[in-house]
Amino acid sequence: MEKPILEVDNLRIRYGGASVEAVRGVSFTLGRERLGIVGESGSGKSTVGRALLRLLPGATITADTLRFGELELLTLSEKAMLKVRGRRMSMILQDPKFSLNPIRRVGDQVGETYLRHFRCSKAEARDKALAMLEAVKIRDPERVYDQYPHEISGGMGQRVMIAMMLLADPDLVIADEPTSALDVTVRLQVLNILDSLVRDRGIGLIMISHDLNLVRNFCDRVLIMYAGRVVETLAARDLDRAQHPYTRGLLAAQPRIGGARAPLAVLDRQPEWLEEKA
Amino acid sequence: MSHRRIRFYGAAGQLGTIAVTLLGLLLLTFFIGRLMPADPVRAIVGEDATRETYEQVYRSLGLDRPLWEQFAYYLGDVFTGNFGTSIRTGQPVIQDILHVMPATIELATFAILIGAGLGVPLGVFAAVNKDRWLDHVVRVFSLFGHSMPIFWTGMIALIVFYAHLGLVGGSGRMDQFYIGLVEERTGFLLIDSLIAGEMDVFWSALNHIILPAALLGYSSSAYITRMTRSFMLDQLGQEYVTTARVKGLSRNQTIWQHAFVNIRVQLVTIIALAYGSLLEGAVLIETVFAWPGFGQYLTNNLITGDMNAVMTCVLIVGVIFIGLNLLSDVLYRIFDPRTR
Ligand SMILES: Nc1ncnc2c1ncn2[C@@H]1O[C@H](COP(=O)(O)OP(=O)(O)OP(=O)(O)O)[C@@H](O)[C@H]1O
Ligand SMILES: [Mg+2]
Repeated sequence: MEKPILEVDNLRIRYGGASVEAVRGVSFTLGRERLGIVGESGSGKSTVGRALLRLLPGATITADTLRFGELELLTLSEKAMLKVRGRRMSMILQDPKFSLNPIRRVGDQVGETYLRHFRCSKAEARDKALAMLEAVKIRDPERVYDQYPHEISGGMGQRVMIAMMLLADPDLVIADEPTSALDVTVRLQVLNILDSLVRDRGIGLIMISHDLNLVRNFCDRVLIMYAGRVVETLAARDLDRAQHPYTRGLLAAQPRIGGARAPLAVLDRQPEWLEEKA
Repeated sequence: MSHRRIRFYGAAGQLGTIAVTLLGLLLLTFFIGRLMPADPVRAIVGEDATRETYEQVYRSLGLDRPLWEQFAYYLGDVFTGNFGTSIRTGQPVIQDILHVMPATIELATFAILIGAGLGVPLGVFAAVNKDRWLDHVVRVFSLFGHSMPIFWTGMIALIVFYAHLGLVGGSGRMDQFYIGLVEERTGFLLIDSLIAGEMDVFWSALNHIILPAALLGYSSSAYITRMTRSFMLDQLGQEYVTTARVKGLSRNQTIWQHAFVNIRVQLVTIIALAYGSLLEGAVLIETVFAWPGFGQYLTNNLITGDMNAVMTCVLIVGVIFIGLNLLSDVLYRIFDPRTR
């Protein structure tokens, strides 16, 4: 196997003032692949994502290893971290309605990523941004470039977000529920755009989601998280053969088109799921 | 509807609002004039005038006319720039006001520069360091500025910095010695003295304005700090701030290039309001520092019941605030794309 992009071993995160750790010993590795992280609300998915970017003010992060390429992320200075964020690792946030600056032109916000990481003129950054807007299948990039966030739709906003986060050609992109704020009709479009860009450019992807069907279709491998821990790791195509009772419960709770109209199963949580493996 | 049309209606609506507000303001000043316990006729004719003289003046002032007619005359006067004569000074009111206003504007401008120059950065730093010691220090500092009795602090400051340390000039706009030395062109002493090339007068004026301006500035910085802090906290909690960090911007770049840019308009609005209340006259500071400005002028007129002068002063204060509101609306239209 090629050298992994990311190696995480025994990652633990505690928010300031919290009595228990939000993330309790998460380990995984990531190659040039698409990894899904699934789990219920509050299980620590976003916390893991933000910890990788070291964007958790006030939280304490520890790990035996947190290796990204040749960098040990936990010992990196903040100054060095600034060169990682946006350039080598970036993150697509959930809702473009809030994640874009309301009073700046959409195109300038995209181009800013480039300006921040490469020595270049404003005009050059503009050209890069326009090309990237085209790459996320925005039909009239020149026009969209000059628009403000409130003037574009959610689907368009999320394409802009993808353009912004892929512009500097990072090695790893974390997508934290990238389509959950979107209309169902455009979700698939946006996911397909993200998917083809990530594959074409050989970018590693971590897709955080609630939706088992979504990660089944867009990921190679899936981590199942429960209460701050990874309870199971599987290839996406083996999802139906999951062993852990929590995962089985999740699968049973998925609605299926054409399935029997029985009431959806409700998870029956067992206290032993919380225990750490020795 | 096209954007241009919406914009046109917006502007037209705004003009309408201003016209109505202005009319309301004029009604207010008019009734203040009518309802003041002072007798304008008696003030003109004096205590010993005969009944005939009294009635003659009463009629010549139009006081026997119905109220709406008097109001119409008043409107006509205002719009032709006739604000009447001050009973106290015997001069046209507008001339008196033009004489005192520059002193106040000069002081208020100096003060707001200090207030905003201090308050805005402090507010930002407090927000960025929320709940840390820097935040607490700023909070105490601005709470003190907010609650200090300016009359008392003014006197203490005069005693310490003028009488004891001799660091600044005392009361008045300049040393006695220089009064009348430079020709009054703009009424702004700092500018007039520069025009006349009288550097001594300029330094004396600067020496005199610095202490009252610093006190007023400190006191309005309290409000500006508090508002800046809360505007900034609002923005720092927004998701686009995270986006900026994810792109690789540093904390400082994010704060100043993203969050701060978003509070610009709100900031200008509250600074304009603070400026407005300084223009309205800082009576206490003007009294302590014997500053011949608008605040003192207004107070004297209220005390002596100089009707025309009071009406005009109220009108001016009202117009200042209408103007400041207009300014903030225009700024929103220019700088916030969501209002376009
Ligand atoms: N800023 C914070 N301060 C304190 N605790 C936090 C903070 N953010 C999250 N937490 C806690 O950490 C735990 C994990 O939260 P996290 O947001 O990572 O969950 P998640 O799996 O992303 O959930 P969701 O699916 O709802 O997004 C939760 O118990 C949450 O309450
Ligand atoms: Mg989350």
